[in-house]
Amino acid sequence: MNSSSSSSQKQTGILVWIAANTSRLLISLFVPIITFLILWQGFLFLRDSNAPQIVIVLVSILWGVGGVALLYFISNYIIESLPRAWTYRLQPFVFVGPALAILAWFLAIPTLRTLRLSFLNETGFQFAGLNNYIFALTDRIMLEAFRNNLLWMIFGTFFCLASGLLIAVLADRSPFEKIYKAIIFMPMAISFVGAGVIWKFVYAYKGEGVGIQEIGLLNAIVIALGGKSQAWLLTPPWNNFLLIVIMVWLQTGYAMVILSSAIKGIPSELLEAARVDGANEFQVFFGIMIPSIQSTLMAVGTTVLIFSLKLFDIVRVMTGGNNGTNVIANEFYIQQFTYGHSGRASAIAIILLIAVIPVMLYNLREFRERRAF
Amino acid sequence: MADKSSSSQKRTSRFLVEATLIVISLIWIIPTIGVLVTSFRHSQDIFSSGWWTILPHRDWVEVSEIRLDESVDVDAPITIGDVTVTFEELRQGVEDGNQKLIWFGNKRTRLVKVQELQWKMFDTQLTLENYTNVLSGIEVRFKDASGAEIVRQGNNLSVAFLNSVAVAVPATIIPILIAAFAAYGFAWMNFPGRKIFFIIVVALLVVPLQIALVPILQDYTRLNLNGTYLAIWLAHTGFGLPLAVYLLFNYIGTLPRETLEAAFIDGASHFTIFTRLILPLSVPALASFAIFQFLWVWNDYLVALVFLGDKNRVMTSALAAMVGEKGQDWHFLTSGAFLSMLLPLAVFFALQRYFVRGMMAGSIKS
Repeated sequence: MNSSSSSSQKQTGILVWIAANTSRLLISLFVPIITFLILWQGFLFLRDSNAPQIVIVLVSILWGVGGVALLYFISNYIIESLPRAWTYRLQPFVFVGPALAILAWFLAIPTLRTLRLSFLNETGFQFAGLNNYIFALTDRIMLEAFRNNLLWMIFGTFFCLASGLLIAVLADRSPFEKIYKAIIFMPMAISFVGAGVIWKFVYAYKGEGVGIQEIGLLNAIVIALGGKSQAWLLTPPWNNFLLIVIMVWLQTGYAMVILSSAIKGIPSELLEAARVDGANEFQVFFGIMIPSIQSTLMAVGTTVLIFSLKLFDIVRVMTGGNNGTNVIANEFYIQQFTYGHSGRASAIAIILLIAVIPVMLYNLREFRERRAF
Repeated sequence: MADKSSSSQKRTSRFLVEATLIVISLIWIIPTIGVLVTSFRHSQDIFSSGWWTILPHRDWVEVSEIRLDESVDVDAPITIGDVTVTFEELRQGVEDGNQKLIWFGNKRTRLVKVQELQWKMFDTQLTLENYTNVLSGIEVRFKDASGAEIVRQGNNLSVAFLNSVAVAVPATIIPILIAAFAAYGFAWMNFPGRKIFFIIVVALLVVPLQIALVPILQDYTRLNLNGTYLAIWLAHTGFGLPLAVYLLFNYIGTLPRETLEAAFIDGASHFTIFTRLILPLSVPALASFAIFQFLWVWNDYLVALVFLGDKNRVMTSALAAMVGEKGQDWHFLTSGAFLSMLLPLAVFFALQRYFVRGMMAGSIKS
């Protein structure tokens, strides 16, 4: 009897709860639908409207940012109006869910889809076996791109690290450290396309002829030194190095800032002790500084290495990959968007992914060792 | 005496340090100055002389001209004053003391210009015309070195600038918001799969975005999203999220536990704690990542090229298109390049401190 009364009590409890919460349930159902409709109408308005651009821009920003915030508020509101146990169980997914969904849609699942596409032919329907990989690993165009990426990775990384380290060490001893650093660091804020224009102007070439004045800085210097002007970007293999200069110009600031803070972290007693023992500055540099900042050098080097592996914009803007300057990422773009061969493009993307897997594994090991969880 | 030599040695080494740094800094900044100066020069000046000629320098200036008599045979050596030279030499220019004789035009003009080497000071005419032209979408007329008129369609960079703002602001705020929620969830909530999901985030940190472009483009084509702001916001959110979640987790996870527990005891919900307590406390980390992401989105070319195409062109793709269409129109290219750098440079110099901090924290990113 006791148990039946308790069960009937439970039943009425549920009924009471439902009755009390019908309005809540209705709201939970309608609010998201209405929100979604409003946001969708906003999207249609933005996509098709002919309003003045400034209005569209402002409304879009408001719509985008406000829309995301609104979705969080509403889904949280619904979860919090559920029974406590369910709130507790579901709330983490309100917080983490959107991020996971987007990561799945934009990175995790595309990786698998690209892997699948890489075994299909250009139409994306027929199985092509390993043809795309054979192309990606043996075609003359790709071999040239691999060679150039190797040049970028070796020389680009070396000069970024070397000049970053040199400036970091020297600036550490100067009272004007901040000014020098700001100047070297400034290109970090410039887009690769903007940097492309800046350096295209440095390399500009007009040709020879009566009364022609070279307006490119490099050719002007060469002429002033008694040389002849050159079409720099058209002359392989040197054009590759002139493009690498641009990356060094852009990325040295990054290496400099990180290495500089690592150098400042070396205990000064260590350096003083070596100097007292009669070590000269070179011995201090190679014997103490370099070993102390080794792990930072590795980290910065890896970052720049990955960066030069994926490099695209500079080559695209400066030469389009012509005249022997092609790189892997540019060939990916050409295969996909010029030839529409998604199979080949996907195979190239997979090769890029395989190239960064060691770094990925290293990151994971580091993460596990830190036991942040 | 030993003291003296060591102090002079110190002075030389200090001098060497400063000299090296000054040389490197000059190398670093001169290309940008060249573009900045050029963007304010008239098109005709740009075509006929290097930008450095606005500095004081010695140059050949025309002082007079000599019209040769009809009786002079231009095919034989010509005598002018006390020099005798051939026509070919005259065309190249003949130096005679501090004077230079140079033939003007073809053989029939019979005109020889006399130039003298003179000091030129800051006498260049500067103009804002390049900027107004490049910002507008109207037809622009200008003159090349030989004075021939050229007509070009303007590039409408003002529209591209607004597009860049419309892309960059939400593409900065949205991933930060989503990542902050996720970082809080990972740091302070318990749910099944918590660890494995976070490991996936760490693994995705270095994935090259090329891997995702083709499938996402297919999705966008199916959803009819190509060329919309929403498409590119989502793409940038997806590509920026791993780093954002990782950085913000590192920050939010190290906030003092007692602060949160006190709030829980007071009966606050996760949502209240997050919006009222955690977000305000995380402002430094949020700002670091915001600058990082803003500069990355504003300067991005590949994602904009793929998902926006020619519709809603942003600054970078408009500038890249200009390089393709008008590779020699330096007055457009330089002013366009400078306009594209304006906002990121301002953000960068105003918030450099935060930017450096974010960079240090994220130095494992690709």
